[in-house]
Amino acid sequence: MTELNPYIPFLSKITEVIKHTEIEFTFRMTYSGDVKPGQFFEVSLPKFGEAPISVSGIGDGTVDLTIRKVGKVTDEIFENYVGDTLFLRGPYGNGFDIANYKGKEILLVAGGTGLSPVKGIVDYFSAHPEDCKGFTLLVGFKSPKDMLFKKDFEIWKKNINVIMTVDYPDEHYDGNCGLVTQYIPELMIKGLTDAVGIVVGPPIMMKCTINDLLAKGFKEENLWISQERKMCCGIGKCGHCKIDDTYICLDGPVFNYTKGKFLKD
Amino acid sequence: MGYQTTAEKINAIFSDLSKDYLIYAPKRFVGDGTFTYIDTIRYGEITDLAEIEFAEKSNYSFKEVLLPISETLFYFTENEMKEADAPKKGAIVFLRSCDLHGLKRMDTIYLENGGVDTYYKRLRDHTKFILMGCENSFENCFCVSMGTQTSEDYDAYLKVDGDNVLVDSRWDYLDAALAGATQAPVIADSVTANDTVVTIPETVPQTLFDDPFWEEYGNRCIACGRCNFVCPTCTCFTMQDIFYTDNGKAGERRRVWASCHVDGYTDMAGGHAFRNDKGQRMRFKVLHKVNDYKRRFGTHMCIGCGRCDDVCPEYISFANCINRLNTLVNDTVKEEN
Ligand SMILES: Cc1cc2nc3c(=O)[nH]c(=O)nc-3n(C[C@H](O)[C@H](O)[C@H](O)COP(=O)(O)OP(=O)(O)OC[C@H]3O[C@@H](n4cnc5c(N)ncnc54)[C@H](O)[C@@H]3O)c2cc1C
Ligand code: SF4
Ligand code: SF4
Ligand code: FES
Repeated sequence: MTELNPYIPFLSKITEVIKHTEIEFTFRMTYSGDVKPGQFFEVSLPKFGEAPISVSGIGDGTVDLTIRKVGKVTDEIFENYVGDTLFLRGPYGNGFDIANYKGKEILLVAGGTGLSPVKGIVDYFSAHPEDCKGFTLLVGFKSPKDMLFKKDFEIWKKNINVIMTVDYPDEHYDGNCGLVTQYIPELMIKGLTDAVGIVVGPPIMMKCTINDLLAKGFKEENLWISQERKMCCGIGKCGHCKIDDTYICLDGPVFNYTKGKFLKD
Repeated sequence: MGYQTTAEKINAIFSDLSKDYLIYAPKRFVGDGTFTYIDTIRYGEITDLAEIEFAEKSNYSFKEVLLPISETLFYFTENEMKEADAPKKGAIVFLRSCDLHGLKRMDTIYLENGGVDTYYKRLRDHTKFILMGCENSFENCFCVSMGTQTSEDYDAYLKVDGDNVLVDSRWDYLDAALAGATQAPVIADSVTANDTVVTIPETVPQTLFDDPFWEEYGNRCIACGRCNFVCPTCTCFTMQDIFYTDNGKAGERRRVWASCHVDGYTDMAGGHAFRNDKGQRMRFKVLHKVNDYKRRFGTHMCIGCGRCDDVCPEYISFANCINRLNTLVNDTVKEEN
């Protein structure tokens, strides 16, 4: 038996497109293998190339890919999704293990599109709030126009504690303003010795948030992050994602902070 | 089994083998070097022993046989993908002991790290390796420091000695072909010392990543990537899609060599890149070669061939960098105690 060629993508059907903003859509794709939140697929467009995209939701026979239109490959996805299929390879990476968080108090802090790779975790605990001691979702977006997953927020608000904030409000907005870090001091966390913090977002946001969580008393070993790096192959060959002795595409993108803090580009 | 035979006999065997194999060896390309009056020695196909450059080190390594500079992965039309055919013939590669160790480094990445690479494996499975001995160390070699000066992992060892050719065969086909030849004990030539000696720091603390030490390299390196391209253990690539202009819908995806010294290696959407500073790229490469790889896989990545030092247009010496880094690490440890 020859092994399957890992570079050749498979066709997946687009079953639904959810528009969040002008440049951010969720593509619901047919996929029926094992997959975890925080893992990613390479969306592979002949002629244009490939883009690693996180799994932002897991359904029955589907995965969600929330894609931001920023360049060659992603532009083409937006312009041609009417073609109703996309080529994919994956899933790759380790992803988040829900089992690590069960029975604990969980604080999830996400910045912007950083919500995508952790959305599966929020979905899970929103559907099974009894599986943890408490769940707080603290999310920041740049402006009200950049808000993602608005419909999901309506559901989450009923089951878990949700704090949403924007950096730059507009005249119609009457919610929280400012950076996510502003809301950390006032959070009531019971049992800091085993409370879990999950932090995903732009590098600066992750750094500040981690510092604040450590200052608040979270244990390093209870903090989890997801790292984004340049990727090409997704399977430990091309070298682009390597940091020190770690391949983000194989060993990550999800890291416990005790390991993640040592990653230096 | 060891044999003493003639060039004529070996060339006849090559001729038979050429039905199933392409034979690659270092060849001299006259006036083709960095400067027009300098020759390069790089890999090419041969049919005769006389074409092989035994006396000098090759400027480029054998890696392009297993990892072509540009390799088509598959052909596509809008809705179909077809794996590119493997070459019809296998390959026979002449290489030196250090390079055979380099082969293992490539195997580790392409057959083990994260699973098997289809394209590498299908070439690797049909390649035979013939060791060329080293009577003397070449300039900039530090194989002895890296422990790569001898290797047993060859299909054959071959030495041209005047009119005689000495062969140590570990390949049934060759044993059969040499059945009539004089048997003789043959031991591969290898060096026991090099002029260049490196001492590798066991660990390099992260606090030294930003040390001014690297700035000097940042000022000198012009990010040409040649040190990566000549290195037998640099295996990074980037994928590219090409489409045929006469039919906008059909094309192919290729992979091409990539270099961690060259701009764009870490570019991400949004214009964010890591290691913009060339000194940091030097740090990244050096520590990969003699620290990170070992922590992950148990052996150093660098095999001490010295080709990076031979090629650098800015006269940056990797070997010298390691030794200076070792001094810096020792001084830092002393200061802390
Ligand atoms: C593990 C992982 C998970 C990811 N998950 C997601 C996800 O869930 N959703 C998602 O949308 N993305 C995700 N990304 C990022 C995504 O992979 C990139 O946005 C995508 O590869 C861009 O590809 P492209 O061909 O469209 O852009 P390219 O054409 O490659 O554009 C990138 C280049 O264009 C320029 N450029 C592009 N955008 C800008 C800009 N805004 N400002 C300035 N210059 C710019 C830059 O020079 C950049 O190098 C993820 C990345 C990784 C590594
Ligand atoms: S060969 Fe020299 S100048 Fe070129 S990238 Fe390597 S270190 Fe820099
Ligand atoms: S780093 Fe330099 S000396 Fe080491 S294997 Fe590569 S080219 Fe040879
Ligand atoms: S993305 Fe190619 S090695 Fe990780």
